[in-house]
Amino acid sequence: MTAITAARAPVATPAPAAPTVPAISLEGVSKTFRSGRETVTAVGKLDLTIEAGEFFSLLGPSGCGKTTTMRMIAGFEDATSGVVRLDGKDVTSVAPNHRDVNMVFQSYALFPHLTVADNVAFGLKRKRVPAAEVKQRVADMLELVELAGHAKRKPGQLSGGQQQRVALARALVNRPRALLLDEPLAALDLKLRQAMQLELKRIQREVGITFVYVTHDQGEALTMSDRIAVMNGGYVAQLGTPAEIYERPASRFVAEFIGTSNLLPGTVTDASSEGSTVRLGCGADLRIGETLDAGEAVDVTVRPEKIRIGTAEPDPASSRVPGTVADAVYLGSATHYTVRLADGTEIVVFRQNADDVTADAIAAPGSPVWLSWHPTHSYVLPENSGPTDATQGSHHRA
Amino acid sequence: MRRKLAPYLLALPAWAWLAMFFVVPLAGMASLSLTSGNVITGFSQTFNIGNYLTAIDTYGEQIARSLFYGLSATLICIAIGYPAAYWIAFKGGRHKSTYLLLLLLPFFVSFVLRTISWKFTLSDNGIVLGTLKQIGVLPADFGVLNTAPAVILGLAYNFLPFMVLPIYAVLERMDHGVVEAAHDLYASRVQAFVRVVLPISLPGVFAGGLMTFIPTTADYVNASVLGGTGNTMIGSIIQTQYLVNNAYPIASAITFVLMGVLLLGIFSYARALGTERVMEVQAK
Ligand SMILES: Nc1ncnc2c1ncn2[C@@H]1O[C@H](COP(=O)(O)OP(=O)(O)O)[C@@H](O)[C@H]1O
Ligand SMILES: [Mg+2]
Repeated sequence: MTAITAARAPVATPAPAAPTVPAISLEGVSKTFRSGRETVTAVGKLDLTIEAGEFFSLLGPSGCGKTTTMRMIAGFEDATSGVVRLDGKDVTSVAPNHRDVNMVFQSYALFPHLTVADNVAFGLKRKRVPAAEVKQRVADMLELVELAGHAKRKPGQLSGGQQQRVALARALVNRPRALLLDEPLAALDLKLRQAMQLELKRIQREVGITFVYVTHDQGEALTMSDRIAVMNGGYVAQLGTPAEIYERPASRFVAEFIGTSNLLPGTVTDASSEGSTVRLGCGADLRIGETLDAGEAVDVTVRPEKIRIGTAEPDPASSRVPGTVADAVYLGSATHYTVRLADGTEIVVFRQNADDVTADAIAAPGSPVWLSWHPTHSYVLPENSGPTDATQGSHHRA
Repeated sequence: MRRKLAPYLLALPAWAWLAMFFVVPLAGMASLSLTSGNVITGFSQTFNIGNYLTAIDTYGEQIARSLFYGLSATLICIAIGYPAAYWIAFKGGRHKSTYLLLLLLPFFVSFVLRTISWKFTLSDNGIVLGTLKQIGVLPADFGVLNTAPAVILGLAYNFLPFMVLPIYAVLERMDHGVVEAAHDLYASRVQAFVRVVLPISLPGVFAGGLMTFIPTTADYVNASVLGGTGNTMIGSIIQTQYLVNNAYPIASAITFVLMGVLLLGIFSYARALGTERVMEVQAK
């Protein structure tokens, strides 16, 4: 949407990361709501450390406790148990107006009776910043979010995307220790959302403030984050960089929630230090890079874009299975195939429509094909990782 | 052309209604207020400005008193009605409509009956004062009836819902997230109310103010029932002049003076609150 212009005034000096003191830490934090006789555990025992200057995302399906976690950091909910620290200081029982974090609300919650400039100045005025400095900082901030020309408007006269940026400016102008964003782009349409993702990332880099970003959109989290905590049922299912989470999901839940995954059940028939062989339900033997226990029942997962599809028999050293095309969806730059194996298991394959001639031959449903991939691309999910897994499954495989 | 005409045609019944029951009688009354004569000899149009001078001269005191009572009742309605509306809108939870119904329940009873029941309640040895006198909180000769406070309280009581409902409507409709946003931006509870909730709800206070100030100032029931000879309001005078004395010209003149004074009051009120700003928020 916007190019970074050199003329932009620097707004805040990037906070130098103090490696020893995390910006935010949650120690055994939980939250239980009581409504009548029922109790709902929104957040289980949560341990999280968010470093200064980090773009940290809380990712998970609706109702998994993301908002509640964020509201406990902001101070709008009291933790049922545990300790919330900002910059190492225990703030568990400190009121929101005395916490040095600011929030961008999903509904924006702009003040409808104030102009854009007065909305942005609100926090600074409450902190009794001198008027001249308020004016300067508000102007700089409106410049940063590219709303300098709209300072005198009321929020009701702005588009959704502009309101979103006012909400961001209103929080950022206070130079908080951390900015908390609760699904800030959810109300925008796809194109604007994608533009704003890049815009937010640029602003975060420019101001150097810690961002805690709540989203249920895995694509958004992968695009923007330094680290992601995938949440499920009030617990962290996996914590890691976008690549770690995408390439090495810690559980079946993570594998299925992030991107598209193919899950192939099978049994380990042979294991050596070189790797293992897994016999799949369809009868094919699969080479796996990892060393496993013979006889173990496992789920093998492989991402759709790692799989090569073709009519020629692949090299036996690769991981390969035969099947028939069940469906092919042409998407322009890529084609998405669904391939059925001998036992009925369906595998999704994304194939880039590069410069080759075999595409037509395998497009027709019913065509026999070979699927193959490099053995390191299939990955055996840890045990006890059924779909309802809600344990702190942040253990990593090397 | 026809499409442009349609909205006007749709508004025709409303215009006809207004013309028939408002504009025509008003014009008639304006003309009547400038006549001289009496019911027996008949009234003749003499452009008698003297009616207005008499109205202001003789009844200026009652007009001023009515404005004071109306204003006091309106302020009491704000003081009681705002917290009530706030509480229902913010803390009412699932039972909001129940609370609103409870608030309106007394008003299913006729206006006059309600006021008369207040007379019983406030009477010198009635349920409230009698009890307080018995336990020795009040002296035996203490009384409320036939005083200015009795009339003002009666007015405030009778018009309270007209204050609560518009304020409630605005508070209910506003995004409650703005209160949290204010706290998040370092505002204390008091600051969040003064800087955010109150300004956003001003259009409701404005509407409620009009809807209580105008009818309370012109009211004649409360002063007649709860007030004494020293608390006469202008509404009672107009009523007496029309229906008892049949002095139509002077009654009409007083009516127009009252209207003028009310309009003046409303305009300065709108000015003070900044109607443009107020209306702008409301239009959102
Ligand atoms: N104020 C509340 N009272 C009762 N239950 C609540 C309250 N807030 C959240 N919950 C419950 O806590 C769970 C987590 O909610 P939330 O943190 O909003 O999830 P998310 O933001 O991930 O969608 C949900 O089951 C929700 O119904
Ligand atoms: Mg949420």
